[in-house]
Amino acid sequence: MTTVLSVRNLTKQYNNLTAVNRISFEIKEGEIVSLLGPNGAGKTTTIQMLLDLVSPTSGDIEIFGKNLKEHREELLSMMNFTGPYSLLPYNLTPKEGLTVFALLYGVRDYKERAKFLLDEFDLAGLANKKIGQLSSGEHMRLGVAKAFVNNPRLLLLDEPTASLDPATAQELRAKILKRVQESSGAVLWTSHNMREIEIVSDRIVFLSRGQIIADATPQTLKKRFGQEDLEEIFITIAKKPISKSL
Amino acid sequence: MNFLHILGIFYRNVVIIRRSVPKLFSLFGFITVELFLWGFVTLWVETVAPADGNYDFMLLILSAFIFWSVFDLSQRSFGVSFLEEVWSRNIINLFASPVKLSELILGFALIGVAQVLLAFFYVTPLAFLLYTLNIWDLGLYIIPFFMNILVFGWVLGVVTIGLVVRFGPSADILAFFIPFLLLPFSAVYYPISVFPPLLQKLTFVLPTRHMFEGMRIAIAEGIVPLHNVFWASALNLICVLLGFLFLYWMLRLARTKGYLSRLVQD
Repeated sequence: MTTVLSVRNLTKQYNNLTAVNRISFEIKEGEIVSLLGPNGAGKTTTIQMLLDLVSPTSGDIEIFGKNLKEHREELLSMMNFTGPYSLLPYNLTPKEGLTVFALLYGVRDYKERAKFLLDEFDLAGLANKKIGQLSSGEHMRLGVAKAFVNNPRLLLLDEPTASLDPATAQELRAKILKRVQESSGAVLWTSHNMREIEIVSDRIVFLSRGQIIADATPQTLKKRFGQEDLEEIFITIAKKPISKSL
Repeated sequence: MNFLHILGIFYRNVVIIRRSVPKLFSLFGFITVELFLWGFVTLWVETVAPADGNYDFMLLILSAFIFWSVFDLSQRSFGVSFLEEVWSRNIINLFASPVKLSELILGFALIGVAQVLLAFFYVTPLAFLLYTLNIWDLGLYIIPFFMNILVFGWVLGVVTIGLVVRFGPSADILAFFIPFLLLPFSAVYYPISVFPPLLQKLTFVLPTRHMFEGMRIAIAEGIVPLHNVFWASALNLICVLLGFLFLYWMLRLARTKGYLSRLVQD
């Protein structure tokens, strides 16, 4: 399988604070990897480095074997993301917003793409409503729809179902998984919903205080900790001193 | 009436103003600039203008106002296009997209030109209707100055973007303040002979000074003052280079220090 994302010794230092400390991991084609960790573990900083919003202090990011800094535009056109810190313009409608992003990502049939995504994510009924008037759940669905605007081969989903009720979250998750399977893309997914992580992940990379302290499949983690509940494992790992690598 | 409630509102605003350099700037900056502007206007009307001979005040002041508005709008439409993305918290989406910085700048410049032209084609017949002032009578003399005004407006727009990237959304006031800061020293409504000798030397580096001084000569004498065109264009070119270097520097700093994500948190 092709390696889509390769992160090697990635470090981000802000003055005396090491937000991300020499982390290395890979994601292969078709793989969904979850990036887990307590608040402040370095998940969002890692995602922002992968999007070139934050420059690493040291280390390498390669996507499809190409260095992100050197091939920024080419690689970003093959990626997309959604996160709680990136809302879509409140003064546009979902239809206009998706059209704008289809253009920004160089999608030639941008009108059709916007229409397709509105249908696919059950937003057609809201197509002409101002984004600022959408509920947080609807906005989240729109954010995910935007993340698929360019059929990305690497998708970064930072808490894509946060603030959704369980039924809507399940529905949205199913849509994301369907689209990911169809495009055979790779996904880096963060969430604090352990049930969600268990359902979607092929592998879990666990971050704590900027370091990777576990990188395994959900099943392996459960065996290793002798626990059936991923949430219990999360709490155990989060409380471990950083020196006790797992 | 509860005094504590009023104190709460007062304290909340004191905290905001005290912490924000741009807000402090706007508090003292606008009034200082206005003082300079109206001081120079008064000086010109009272002393220099009567001695200089016959002035067509209507033509000079209204055309200066129209061209200054073109400059102001050129800068503001550029800066506000960027700020719009910050205010709507869309800026992260934009920077994480494959859009190049040059494409972003060109996109803003294009919408800036469209807005300036719309405003210009609206205001010129309006000025004729209200004051029988026909800007189009000025003819082709004005074109080099008009182009320079437009470009310098973009340069200041680029600088505004750099400052917002560095200091966060609270620096949005600068989008409106920066052109205003230049107004008294650009000899828009009066000739540079109004300035004290030292200020005449200091303002030489401002492209706007040469643009408006040149335009005044073109309007009054019907010739294109080539030295004004030269200095306006040369200084403008230097400003374009410095403006872009500044923006690249600020963006690099923002990526290193994590300021970009702060743009949606402030």
